[in-house]
Order: sequence, then structure tokens, then C-alpha cells
Amino acid sequence: MAVEMPQPAATPMAARELQGLLTNYRRTWRASIFSSVLAPLMSLVALGMSLGKIVDAGPGAHTFGTVDGQPVKYLLFLAPALMANTAMQTAIGESTYPVMSAMKWQKTYHAAIASPLSAFDVYLGHVMFIGLRVLMNCGIFLGTMALFGAVEAAGPAGIGPLLALPAAVLTGLAFAAPVVAWAVLQERDTGFSVVFRFVMIPLFLFSGTFFPVSQLPALIRPLAYVTPLWHGVDLCRGLALGSATAGSVLLHVGYLAAVVIAGLWYGARTFRRRLNP
Amino acid sequence: MAQITSADAPLIKAVGLRKVFPPAKRGGEPFTAVDGVDFELRRGEVFGFLGPNGAGKSSTMRMIGCVSPISGGELTILGMDPRVDSSRIKARLGVVPQEDSLDLELRVRENLLIYGRYFGLKRAEIAERTAELLEFVQLADRAESTVEPLSGGMKRRLTIARSLINSPEILILDEPTTGLDPQARHVVWDRLFRLKQAGTTLVLTTHYMDEAEQLCDRLVVMDHGRIAAEGSPRDLIERYSTREVLEIRFAPGSGDHESALAKAEGLIGTGERGSIDRLEELPDRILLYSDDGEAALAAVHGSGITPLASLVRRSSLEDVFLHLTGRTLVD
Repeated sequence: MAVEMPQPAATPMAARELQGLLTNYRRTWRASIFSSVLAPLMSLVALGMSLGKIVDAGPGAHTFGTVDGQPVKYLLFLAPALMANTAMQTAIGESTYPVMSAMKWQKTYHAAIASPLSAFDVYLGHVMFIGLRVLMNCGIFLGTMALFGAVEAAGPAGIGPLLALPAAVLTGLAFAAPVVAWAVLQERDTGFSVVFRFVMIPLFLFSGTFFPVSQLPALIRPLAYVTPLWHGVDLCRGLALGSATAGSVLLHVGYLAAVVIAGLWYGARTFRRRLNP
Repeated sequence: MAQITSADAPLIKAVGLRKVFPPAKRGGEPFTAVDGVDFELRRGEVFGFLGPNGAGKSSTMRMIGCVSPISGGELTILGMDPRVDSSRIKARLGVVPQEDSLDLELRVRENLLIYGRYFGLKRAEIAERTAELLEFVQLADRAESTVEPLSGGMKRRLTIARSLINSPEILILDEPTTGLDPQARHVVWDRLFRLKQAGTTLVLTTHYMDEAEQLCDRLVVMDHGRIAAEGSPRDLIERYSTREVLEIRFAPGSGDHESALAKAEGLIGTGERGSIDRLEELPDRILLYSDDGEAALAAVHGSGITPLASLVRRSSLEDVFLHLTGRTLVD
């Protein structure tokens, strides 16, 4: 009896969910494009270029590290970190309201699981879609950085700044995987503003984006080291400036990958609990 | 993987099927939504689950749809076990959920495209099916409209079209016409009837008696998670009700209703012409079950009851329902 039917080469299930979300995005991208690219751009111009001039001329100019014996310009210090922040903000934005909409408002998750897709396929497909959104936004941001002179050849074969792009995607996934997993449990959207105000903004300010974490009081410094954003910021910056060591790259990639895996494990549980009660 | 291939094997077979939800709060009681039901679905029939809200219809549907794991008993769908082969089973099912789950920002055609892709269908195939299906549900001229502004009836028809994208062997409909206006309901019924004529096997839940009577070949009446009766609508009426029903009404607040109720009980089982089998009290009227409604009305008048209004009609599924569940539909 146990005759396995030959299976046609079909698209993997999670990729089908990803395709669905991309079809949706093709119709709705205009609404989000400005906010996702404009916000980090404003920081780049206001702080990197304007404040940066003062910083570079002042007594703190040596605080931002050195490359080949030269102090790093503030704009170059800031820009790759802002890219990591773009990754975080895109990921959290895409992991909150859209998940609640798919779960509770439009119920498109419910539609998807009535097809051959499982709850985990739907979850994984959504996280993959957010990964692509992060890649898009960070790619656009990297292009803008180049226009504003915030990119200089560095690292192996001078492609350091390009290597920062996959690092930013990994950073985004480290937020998307756990936040999507959590968002699907939410009955109301009040938790989302808590995340925006008390997670995203403190991380934006204290994860080494604007100044090295070593400037933080010793007591709260370890907190910064635990946050995925600091690992993302340090990784993107190290790669973009060519100052990263193999050890630091391994540490950051390992940490971020561990957060992604823990998030996936959690998401498998929360999606099953919510969609297959 | 053992697959039943025999043509007359049931498409769905449930034995002692149960669904128990864990307590919502710590220390609470678990909730038994489906409490041991048996049923079989045969190829080509329309099978209905009739019952009030909370009877366990939707939980049963969700287990059949492989989106809710069974808590006990056995469930076989298309010869497969949903615990092992849910993805394969779902590939051959069509589902019209109770609440529309359409992507409102997208166009009608794009909703079908996404859904077809979920089933791994090729784009060309989906385009062909989409044209046929939109024609079938009378939405061909709306293919490029955004879904959001469509009427409730149109969204329902689109949901039905979407559920057919994979040419399912079994179509599952959970309250397909709830919330639709009468005209929209008739359009949906007409389309479902055509599907039935074309040989599609349908499973549906409803709390509309007329819907069940119009569409179902066989149905079960569910109450409190159990099956109270099973049969064709005609069988059930013959088995659980009299040929005719006399409805009598009284002026509200006059006390006539209460006194008539006491007198009418004296007419039960007299053995004379117009004898009443049983009666049901509703908030606004009393139903007297008799094989001869006109004679029962004469007997009512003879016993000194003077109703404000009276009506003699044939028994319907609603009477079966009242008899089996002892209550009106709570909605």
C-alpha cells in the first residue's frame, strides 16, 4: 500500500506565502516608501553632515575610531549604523500592524492556512518577506549614503560597504522573527506603541549608533551589548569601514543568527497556537 | 500512506469525533465544543450541519478543514489522517469560511491569483480558472475592481470563487449566507445548487432552516456538541414532527397567552379529530402540532380559547429543530 506518489517540483510552501505578500506589496508599496527611506535620510543629513562637521573639528574627533591611523569622520561612523537602524525600524514596522491585520482584520492568514500551507509556512513566508523589505530599504539607503559621500571603499577589495547590506538584513531578521511571533498573539494594538516607544527608540539612541557604547556609563553598558541592534550596528559599521576583525564578525553574526533561530522557534509555537487552536 | 480508493467509500468519516479546548484562564474548566459525533460524507451529496450558535458546527468544520487538531475519536478525510497528511488533504478541499478573509487592498483577480499560487498552480492555469470562476459567480465584470468597496454578497461570491480555484473534491462552507440580504442569499443558493448539479460534494453549516431545506440531501442537527438527529430534511420532518402546525397568537400582556397554554395542554392526545401531538411555547406564540391543523383550530375554539390570530401551515425543519433542541434559534 505504501506507494509514494511522485511529487511535481512545486514551489516550497513558505515561498508561496512570500509570493502572496509580494503580490500585495506591488499594489501597496507607495504608502510606505517615504517613511521607510526618508526617516533615516533625515538623520543622515541633520546629524551626519551638519553636526558631523562640528564633531570632526572638535576635541572629540578621535572618539570614533581610526582607520589607517586617521580618525574616522563622523558621517562615515554614523551612516552604516543608521543603515542597521533602518533595518530594525523596517522590520519592527512590518512585523506589527501588518501581522495584526493578517491575523485579525483581513484574516488573510486564515485564508492561507485553509490551503496546503501550514501555520509555520505562513509565519516563515512573512518573515522572509520582511527580510526582503529590509533588503530593499537598506539598499536604497546605501545608495543614498553614496550620493551624500557617506561611503568610502574599505575592507576586502573595497566592497566593505556592500558587505554591510547582508549584515543589515540579518539585523532586520533578528527583529522580525521574534516580533512577528509575538505580534500574532496580540488582541489589541496597544502593545505596538509600547514597542515603538520603549524598545525601538531606546535602542536607536543607546546602541552605539550616534556614539560608541564605551561612552555609556559602565552600569548600563552591558545592556547595550545584549541588544541585537548593537550587534547589528557594530557589524555594519565594522564591515563598511573595513575595521571589523574575523572574531567580531563571527561574534555578531553568531549572536544575531541565534536570535533569529530563537525567534523562529517561538514563532512556530505562537502561530500554531493562534491559527490551529 | 494508505489511501482508500474505492468509489463508494465515504469522503469523510468521523467516529466519536471530539474537540476540547483548554481552559481560557489558568484554573478554568476545559470547554468541550464537539462531544463525540459520528457522520459520513458520501461523494456527490450536500451534507448539512444545522444547529444554534455554539452547537459545535464550526469546530467540526475546522477539524474537517484540517486547521484544528482533533482532540479525540477518529477522522478520515479522503482516506487520509488529518494529523499526518493535512497539507495533502487541504490541497483537495475548498473552504468558504464564516467570515470573509479576502485581501481588501487587492483586486478581485489578484485575490484569486494569490490563492491559486498557495495551491502551487501555474499562472496560466490560474488565469484560465479565474475567468471561468468569475463568470460562474457573476463577477466577470469586476475582475479589475478593488475588493474593499464590493458589497457583502459580491465578497461572498468572490470567496466562493476563490474556494474553487483548485477544483476541490469537497467544498466546505461555514454559514455561507449569514449576513446577506435575501436577494444575495438567493444568488448564493443558486450557485451552490449548480455546483451540486455538477457533482461537487458540499458540506455546509447553517442556522437557516430554509437554507438547509433547499440545499441539503442529508443533514444532522447538532446541539451542545452532539448530534441530535440525522436524515434528509423530509425524513426528519416525518420523524420528528406532525404533518401540520397550528400557530396561535394573543395580545401581549393580556394574560390570554398563559391561560390558553393551560387549556391547550388539555387537547394533547385526546384521540379525537384535531387531537394535538404536542405543543411548543414561543415568546410570541404557541405552536400546536397536529396532523390536521384546521381540526385542531376548531378544537381550540371549542375549548374556549380565542386567539388574536391563527395560522395553519405545514411542518418545516424549524419544528424539528424546536422539538430536538427545545428552543428557538439564538442568534
